[in-house]
Amino acid sequence: MQKVNLCDACSKEKGVQDPTGFALADLLLGIGAAEEIEKGASTQKCPVCGFSQADFKKTGRLGCSACYITFAEGLNTLLKAMHKGTEHVGKFPQHAHRAMELNNRMRALTENLQKAVAAENYETAASLRDQIKQLESDLAS
Amino acid sequence: MKFSNVMATAGEWLRGEGPHHQIVVSSRVRLARNLRNRPFPGWAKKAERTSILDLVRPRVEELTEMQDSFSEGLQELSALERQVLVERHLISREHAAKGVGSAVVMNRRQTLSIMINEEDHLRMQSIRSGLQLKQAFKLVDKIDSALESKLEFAYDPRLGYLTACPTNVGTGMRASAMLHLPGLVLSELINQVIQAVSKIGLAVRGLYGEGTEAMGNLFQISNQTTLGEKEDEIINRLSKVIETIIEKEHDARQVLLQKKSNTLWDQIGRAYGVLTYAHAMASKEALNLLSIIKLGVDLGAFPEDRRLPIDELFIDIQPAHLQKSSQQKLNAEERDHLRAQIIRERLKLFPKPDISKMARESGNGSTAGPPNDE
Repeated sequence: MQKVNLCDACSKEKGVQDPTGFALADLLLGIGAAEEIEKGASTQKCPVCGFSQADFKKTGRLGCSACYITFAEGLNTLLKAMHKGTEHVGKFPQHAHRAMELNNRMRALTENLQKAVAAENYETAASLRDQIKQLESDLAS
Repeated sequence: MKFSNVMATAGEWLRGEGPHHQIVVSSRVRLARNLRNRPFPGWAKKAERTSILDLVRPRVEELTEMQDSFSEGLQELSALERQVLVERHLISREHAAKGVGSAVVMNRRQTLSIMINEEDHLRMQSIRSGLQLKQAFKLVDKIDSALESKLEFAYDPRLGYLTACPTNVGTGMRASAMLHLPGLVLSELINQVIQAVSKIGLAVRGLYGEGTEAMGNLFQISNQTTLGEKEDEIINRLSKVIETIIEKEHDARQVLLQKKSNTLWDQIGRAYGVLTYAHAMASKEALNLLSIIKLGVDLGAFPEDRRLPIDELFIDIQPAHLQKSSQQKLNAEERDHLRAQIIRERLKLFPKPDISKMARESGNGSTAGPPNDE
């Protein structure tokens, strides 16, 4: 890899408009990195935005937030090489926090309901079902 | 607020006197955020970008911090005005290249600037004078929290905030400080410092960020990674490294004063001479010479009250500022003449460097160096 510093005039002359236009993954992580992305999704397109791995190779940027799920396999290798860790430990949006709490509670209630039904404890089951209904409406809001 | 108001007043960070302001020019923290399941600006079609902008911009403008803000679509700003904002570090070079579908909103004090549809839907940046990364983060964190209740940000429990470029995923945070390091450059220790800093996962860049050259002995140091570490951990780590570099810079200056004082005085005298008498000067030369004068102020060769005029010149002599203030488009040669003229005028009342004062300063050990034994 060779680093070249170009002034405004030279970059225009050489047709280099945006240095980030190169395969960014290759630049950042060495040649072959963009191929890593391909492995996970050779012809796959993001169902939300229609972005493909070829587009990533070209721009070094993803199409939308759902691309992180679509191209998860290849991206995980990239992220591992790029960052300090593989899991986020910092700030999170409050709505995500609330959704996570509600989901955890829902899981617990559903499990208890199944147990209550299995034990033919119908009074508890009815109460649990009511709680689940309430939680569902909370989740929807 | 109009562009002329922005132009007329320098950002608060320039006048402010934050901790270690002699060496740390400014501290900046930016957060990248995106809307869930909407195409990132680089991939979105024009109509989609515009619809995202229409959704986001009112939410940004109604923030308490953004009362009496400057808010403008990029297509409404001339190339020159956009460049002025780049020179003030209020928008990125990338953002300056955008047009319809992108906007910038900044507060009156120019301490908070929000780019809409840059590389990500939102790039929120706070800038402070001196070493104040924590304070800069606090402001931008508050803005982020206020916005997240009105906009649904793309967030994944495992990967954190999702960004257009995988290098920003996680916290979406880039914290950086602009350091003025003439002592380390003059004593040829700067490359060692850059190498050491790079090894511990931090990036060193020139004046305008990624891929730019160091001018005026100014260097930007920032975190490289965003996933797997908490925001305050990143900021603490970065602050500690910067404090170490500040110490090294003070040490380098002390050594120069004691062992190479003739070279130092020669440099300051030459810088003063050229700036006072030159009739044509390119930005790079001007920044490099002003850097030496700034060092002279730090060392006591010039009175302390001369600091602000020099700091202002750093901004005012850059190409777009020159042309905007002269209200005409100038070619490079004309700019160089105008630049030299402005510098000459501002330095008219500037006293000659007082070397005796400087020698005494070093003896007083105002910085963390060993006492002068001479």
